[in-house]
Amino acid sequence: MTTTTTPATAAGPIRTHSQTDTQRAPSRHRSGWRWLVHLIVIVFAISWFVPILALFISSIRTQQDTATSGWWTAFVDPLFTGYNYQLALSEVGVAGSLATSLAIAIPATVLTTVFSAIGAYALTRMSFWGRTVFSLLLVALLVTPPQITLVPLLRIYHTIGLTGTIPGIWLYQVGFTIPFGIFLVRGFIAALPAELFESASLDGASSLRTFRSIVIPLAAPALASLAIMQFLWSWNDLLTPLIFMGGSSVPSPITVELAGLVQQNSQGQGALMAAAFMSVVIPLVMIIALQRFFVRGVLGGAVKG
Amino acid sequence: MSSLIDNVPLLIIVGAIGIPILVYLILGASDRIAGMLPRPFSRRVRPWVWLFGPVVLIALVLLYPFVSTVITSFMNANATQGVGFANFVWAFQGTMLDVIGNNILWLIAFPIGTLILALIAAVLFDKVKYERAAMTLVIMPTAISFTAGSVIWTQMYSYQPPGSTQIGTINALITLIPGVQPVPWLQTPFVNNLALIFIAVWLGLGVAVLILSAAVKGISPELVEAARLDGAGEWRVFRSVTFPSIAPAVLVVVTTEVIAALKVFDIVYVMTNGNYNTDVIANQMYNELFTVNDLGKASAIAVILLVAALPIVFINIHQFRAETKS
Repeated sequence: MTTTTTPATAAGPIRTHSQTDTQRAPSRHRSGWRWLVHLIVIVFAISWFVPILALFISSIRTQQDTATSGWWTAFVDPLFTGYNYQLALSEVGVAGSLATSLAIAIPATVLTTVFSAIGAYALTRMSFWGRTVFSLLLVALLVTPPQITLVPLLRIYHTIGLTGTIPGIWLYQVGFTIPFGIFLVRGFIAALPAELFESASLDGASSLRTFRSIVIPLAAPALASLAIMQFLWSWNDLLTPLIFMGGSSVPSPITVELAGLVQQNSQGQGALMAAAFMSVVIPLVMIIALQRFFVRGVLGGAVKG
Repeated sequence: MSSLIDNVPLLIIVGAIGIPILVYLILGASDRIAGMLPRPFSRRVRPWVWLFGPVVLIALVLLYPFVSTVITSFMNANATQGVGFANFVWAFQGTMLDVIGNNILWLIAFPIGTLILALIAAVLFDKVKYERAAMTLVIMPTAISFTAGSVIWTQMYSYQPPGSTQIGTINALITLIPGVQPVPWLQTPFVNNLALIFIAVWLGLGVAVLILSAAVKGISPELVEAARLDGAGEWRVFRSVTFPSIAPAVLVVVTTEVIAALKVFDIVYVMTNGNYNTDVIANQMYNELFTVNDLGKASAIAVILLVAALPIVFINIHQFRAETKS
C-alpha cells in the first residue's frame, strides 16, 4: 500500500537497491508524465462527482431559476430555498415512500444476512450428499436474470394474496440474493481454521452453539459486507416493487415514486430533484461511512467469478 | 389484518427482529431433536435442518419460477394452451429486431466503455497520493439507484434549441466550443442509446474500478521493474506486464457488465420508456406483462435473456471448479 501510492509514474517506486541507476533514464519524462496523471485523475474524479452536486444544487434552487438557467449559475447568483423539499414531503408524499423503502430494505437485509450465514455454515462445515451439486447450483444462480422468475411469481403472489404487500417484496429480494449471500460468506467461513470447529465439537458444543459463538462473530466482517450490499440493492430496486407492489395500500417505495414523478412531472423539476436527493442520502452516507465493508463485499463476491 | 400489513414500524420490527428470533428458536429446537436421534442418522439429518430455510427460499423464488417460465414461454397469452415456438418466432421479428439490436449495442458498448474508463482509473489512481479520495468519488454513484441516476441525467442531458440558454450541463459545456450546436441527447437516434448507456457506466463504474484496482495492486513489483530494466516504456509495461496480470479481473468485470447490460431495465424505463428507438428486451418484457398482458410472450423474452446469460453461467462454473480444485 505504501509503495503503490507513491506518485511515481515513469520511475518505479524506490523499493529495491539494485535499480537505482536504471531510474535515471525514464525520469527524464517524469515531471511531464506526473502532471498529466494528476490532471486526468482530478478531472476524472471531479466529473464523476459533478452530477451528484448538480442534483443537490438543483434541489435547493427555486423552480423559476431551474427552468431558466443552469445549476452552476447558483455559484454566481445564489438564491436558495427549502421549498422543493417542503413540496416533495407534503404534496408528493416522499416521507411515506421513504418509510416504505425502509420497511422493505431493513428486514430484507437482515433476513438475507441471517439465511446466507446459516446456508454458508451448513455448506462449508457439514458434509451431506449433493454438496457439490448444491454449490454449482448456487454459482449458476448468481447470474440468473430476475426476469426469468417474474411471471410465475406474479401468479403465485396473486393466488396467495402477497401482491401489494411489503413481506412479498422481502420474500423475493431475500430468495433472489441468497445464492450470492451464501457464496460470499462461504469463502470467509471456509477460510476459518478447522481446529476451531474441531475443538468446539470436542467440547460438546451443538451446531447452534458453534454457529452463534464461532461463526457469527468471526464471519462478522463478511456478514457486514453482505448486509451493506443487500441494503443498497434492496433500497435501489425498481423492478421488484414495480411488478409486485401494484394496487398496494401502502405508499410506493421511493424508486417507484421517483419513476412516476419523472413520467408525470406535475410538481415540477424542483420537487423531483428534492425527492431524488432525499432518496440518495441514506445510501450515499452508508457507502461513505462503510466503504471498507462495501469494498470487501465487491471483491469477495466478484474475484471468485 | 390489513392494518397489520400496512404498519411500517411494526413490519420493520417483525421482519428484522421477530423472524430472525423465530428462525433461531426453530434451529435450536430442530438441532436438539436431531441430537436425540441415533448418531449416524443425526449427522445425515442435521445439514438439511440448517439448509431448510435457504433451500425453500431458493426453490420458491428461483427454481420453481424458472421451470414454470420456460413452460409458459411455449404457451398463449393467458398460458392456457401450447403454441409451440410461436412466441420465439415473434421475438425475432418486426419491431423486436430493433429492440434486440439495442440490447446488442448495450452488450457491446457498456462493457467496453466501463472497462476502458475503469482501467484508466485503476491504473492512474494507483499513482497518486489522494487515491482514496478519488476512489470515494468514483464509488459514490454505485450507491445511487438507477432510478435516481436517471433523474440526475435527465437534467444533465437537458436540451434547449440552439440560441437559447442551455440549462443542461453537457450541452452547456459543449456549446462553449465555438460552432458546436447543442445535441438533443435523448431524441437523436443511436446517440440516445449511447447516452443511456453512459448513465449505466457512470452508476456502475465504481465496482469495476474496485475490482481492477485490487488486481493492479496485486501485480508483482519485481515483474514491472524487470520490464523497466529491459527498457520498456510506460505503454509497453502496461501492455506486456500490467494487462496480462490483471486479465482474470478484466474477465470478471466484463462478465459482470455483460449480465448487467443484458437485463438493463430501470434506466430505459425511466428515461425514455423505450421511445425514440431506445427500447430494450427487459422493458419490452415489462410491457408485454403489464400493458399487453401476454404471459406467453413475456416468458419467451425472459427465456431469451436466460439463454443469452448461459455462456456466463458456464464461465463462472468453470472458474469456480478450477478454484475449488486448486
